[in-house]
Amino acid sequence: MFVLVEMVDTVRIPPWQFERKLNDSIAEELNKKLANKVVYNVGLCICLFDITKLEDAYVFPGDGASHTKVHFRYVVFHPFLDEILIGKIKGCSPEGVHVSLGFFDDILIPPESLQQPAKFDEAEQVWVWEYETEEGAHDLYMDTGEEIRFRVVDESFVDTSPTGPSSAEATSSSEELPRKEAPYTLMGSISEPGLGLLSWWTSS
Amino acid sequence: MEVKDANSALLSNYEVFQLLTDLKEQRKESGKNKHSSGQQNLNTITYETLKYISKTPCRHQSPEIVREFLTAMKSHKLTKAEKLQLLNHRPMTAVEIQLMVEESEERLTEEQIEALLHTVTSILPAGPESEPKRNPDDAMGDDEDAA
Repeated sequence: MFVLVEMVDTVRIPPWQFERKLNDSIAEELNKKLANKVVYNVGLCICLFDITKLEDAYVFPGDGASHTKVHFRYVVFHPFLDEILIGKIKGCSPEGVHVSLGFFDDILIPPESLQQPAKFDEAEQVWVWEYETEEGAHDLYMDTGEEIRFRVVDESFVDTSPTGPSSAEATSSSEELPRKEAPYTLMGSISEPGLGLLSWWTSS
Repeated sequence: MEVKDANSALLSNYEVFQLLTDLKEQRKESGKNKHSSGQQNLNTITYETLKYISKTPCRHQSPEIVREFLTAMKSHKLTKAEKLQLLNHRPMTAVEIQLMVEESEERLTEEQIEALLHTVTSILPAGPESEPKRNPDDAMGDDEDAA
């Protein structure tokens, strides 16, 4: 689920923090910059693992702050393809089942990856697995808050860096805010035996 | 900012749990700057991640247990990713093993899957939500009791 990513960056320490130990200031700055943020094509950054190398710190003319090039390792949430994860159902929509891990919310299980046959119950806004047995069809509901085991089948990174002024003119004035896209989304699948709500596969 | 290596190492949930708990202790000791606006993201992510990991079986693991587990796994010839998933999830049924081990029907016989289950459940401590002495509920009707 988590990987270690080696990165290099230049950290700026303002003069009023010079009395603190350099390592502590740098750790704080790096965490301030990266924690809980998605880095394009890397994943969701959690926290600093360690600092592997500090290069010389420079003070540039006109700026009293010191700039240090830091080599460090960061703990990043980036599940590998086909990894099994357990999350909670956040809700259902016609697009599929939305799952959340608490610290990461943008996981979607599209309708074609649900245990088949599945149908969407419009009244209760919930996906249902129509499980066939000899006694007849059981309707297994995928309720909000239930724990669900799923397999990661796809991931997509969207570059959410701000675009230049030219595209702002192109969007009409009627839509005030462009749709907020999640920078990192995961696609899951529960179409295998053992996957789906935990309660479906335990005999407690 | 430059990313040197986006996949330099895989971390088990236990290692991340340990790291975040230590970080929390450290920040509690140095007190005052915890509430500055810049630290809010770190607070949020560590709280949520710790909350998630605490509900998994990793909570009760220790470096010795992990080492013992990996030594025991050597004989089963599994890939690193498969061993990591077994360590993080502590499967208790054959169905779960089949999910985590690729092509398990071809690579492992039924006895090997049983042996694997036994190794996993005996070395790794149970998670906070499951009772420790629960028998595996697979349909193989095994008569060896859960150690």
